[in-house]
Amino acid sequence: MAGLIELRDIRKSFGPVDVLKGVNMDIHAGKVTALVGDNGAGKSTLIKGLAGVQPYNSGELLFDGGPVAISSPGESSALGIEVVYQDLALCENLDIVQNMFLGREELHHGMLDQPEMEKHAAATLQSLSVRTLKSVRQKVASLSGGQRQTVAIARAVLKKAKVVILDEPTAALGVAQTEQVLALVRRLADSGVSVLIVSHNLVDVFQVADYIDVLYLGNMVAQLKTTDTNRDEVVGYLTGTKTRDTTIEETLV
Amino acid sequence: MTTGLSKSSGLPLDRAVPTVAAGQKPIATGYEGSAGDQLRAYVQRVRGGDMGMLPALAGLVVLGILFSALSPYFLTRGNIANLLTQTAALMMLSMALTFVIILAEIDLSVGVTGGVGTAVFILLVNKEHWNWIPAIVLAVLTGVAIGMFIGFLVAKIGIPSFVVTLGLFLGFQGLMLVMLGNAGSYQVQTPQIIDIMNKSMPVWAGWVMLVVMVAASLLTGFYDRRRRVVTGMPVRPMTLLWAHVGALAVGGGIMVFLLNQNRSRGLSPIQGVPIVVPVALAILWAGTTILDRTRFGVHIYAVGGSAEAARRAGIKVARVRIIAFLLCSLLGVVSGIFTISQTGVVQSSTGRDIVLPGVGAAVVGGISLFGGRGRLVQAAVGALLISMITNGLGLQGYSAGFTFLVTGGVLILAATIDALSRRRSGSTSLART
Repeated sequence: MAGLIELRDIRKSFGPVDVLKGVNMDIHAGKVTALVGDNGAGKSTLIKGLAGVQPYNSGELLFDGGPVAISSPGESSALGIEVVYQDLALCENLDIVQNMFLGREELHHGMLDQPEMEKHAAATLQSLSVRTLKSVRQKVASLSGGQRQTVAIARAVLKKAKVVILDEPTAALGVAQTEQVLALVRRLADSGVSVLIVSHNLVDVFQVADYIDVLYLGNMVAQLKTTDTNRDEVVGYLTGTKTRDTTIEETLV
Repeated sequence: MTTGLSKSSGLPLDRAVPTVAAGQKPIATGYEGSAGDQLRAYVQRVRGGDMGMLPALAGLVVLGILFSALSPYFLTRGNIANLLTQTAALMMLSMALTFVIILAEIDLSVGVTGGVGTAVFILLVNKEHWNWIPAIVLAVLTGVAIGMFIGFLVAKIGIPSFVVTLGLFLGFQGLMLVMLGNAGSYQVQTPQIIDIMNKSMPVWAGWVMLVVMVAASLLTGFYDRRRRVVTGMPVRPMTLLWAHVGALAVGGGIMVFLLNQNRSRGLSPIQGVPIVVPVALAILWAGTTILDRTRFGVHIYAVGGSAEAARRAGIKVARVRIIAFLLCSLLGVVSGIFTISQTGVVQSSTGRDIVLPGVGAAVVGGISLFGGRGRLVQAAVGALLISMITNGLGLQGYSAGFTFLVTGGVLILAATIDALSRRRSGSTSLART
């Protein structure tokens, strides 16, 4: 099955350092794809290219089957790609509604349309079955890490994102909050959005992802279906002890 | 925009709002509940550290009682009118500063910017014999240009606003000396300018002003309420709106009534609301509308809270900063005009000494120098409190030195309350900025 986004032979280098060495990847519609890899594998560089923050040097990018170029955050956003960064990019001094509509507030006769924005924000959160928020007028400063992640994801949903990229969404969360966010990620994908989740945490990845793509030193060494693989195999790919076709033990034999 | 997604999803892909699943309790908006619930929620917010201008208001009440107990003259009609006019320039300056303080920036030059504006005005009128109206317009435009220049240096070049405006604070004092030349001081000969601070409106105009204020507040309340009802959102109980408008009507009514009495100790009567009052109120109203109800208003708070988050949300951060400095300098010139109306003279030191009390007034009003929060009315209340200290201690016959000491103490007290409340805030705040 072809992905909603297909990356073909993506290359990126910083001076003499090749960070991405011809990466292929698919992000599937309505599925959760996990991108895993050790530090320095090129995960961030891959995401920044999709976000338009740091365009790739070369390679082909297909969106919904057609070739596209992403050279700025605006172009990425126009395609329906939204990135939820690790530090969330929320304004703590503003409330949930203000954050969700930041930069594209709704107006009525030139003035802010507060009731309309409140209604949409509440409905969006509700459609994601968010239950832990007291009020949509709560300030973000008063929210827990998990609630903030929820607001950041809901903001991407409000932007009608077709692809949501989550950068380490559970890195700073406790057990219960991680569960909430993973459940939210699942619902997001089930509603038809393509989700790419970057994570170090294999437990989370196995719980939520449909596909697991492993980067190792700038190469895509494995693209696995979660149901067809196991933790040991993924760790093997992650650490480089296992390559695409063989394991080191097998070569030794 | 809706390919493939809208068919299967329950997400709000179109303007249509998804229906809430049966049995699911809607997320609150903070508008639900009886007047009592609203009051309890407010008390909870205050306890959580979101005190806003409550300390300053409490200070006004306490000092008001204290000074009127100490001096029979303090609460007289004449002194109330005095207090209002004494506050006007400081109030305008602290309101000006609010726009940049929300951004966690500062404008040390806003006072002397007002000075330069009034120098432009006085030279055009006294030397070039211009009509006073175009001269005022040019003075205000001078402020706009200065504000844009500061904003450009801060937002585009990246110089800290403290340094830029410190440089201009010194530079503009020199500019004033050059502009005003050897004479050094010019009398304000335009009666319209002198009148702002020194004349009062007719008695009927004071009442008209009050009626306009009450009506505007009532209509805005009804309009907002209707918008919420039309959209299908919960509304606050009517009682709260009536209480709000009622308090305004009663409080404003008492003030207008007092000011409309004869406060002259001579033969010719002096009565009516000073002209500066409606001018200041109109500017307060316009500025508050900008901050509360426009896109720019949200963006200025957003940039003050997290410039990086604002940038990622697509806000043109540099533009927001430049406009904020523009508004600050513009109101700085208005403050300068109030000052020369009161003193009747433009000199090289005009606007030099008012900027730090202006910052102090904003802080006393509960506006945080850390940025991200603060309202114009807080700056106004802070300015009133500082003027009240000066006025009240002056009536007691205390020296200027003692007055400075007390003012400084109040400022540090206010900053302490702000710092402590910041430590506590974050747990309960439900309200908008």
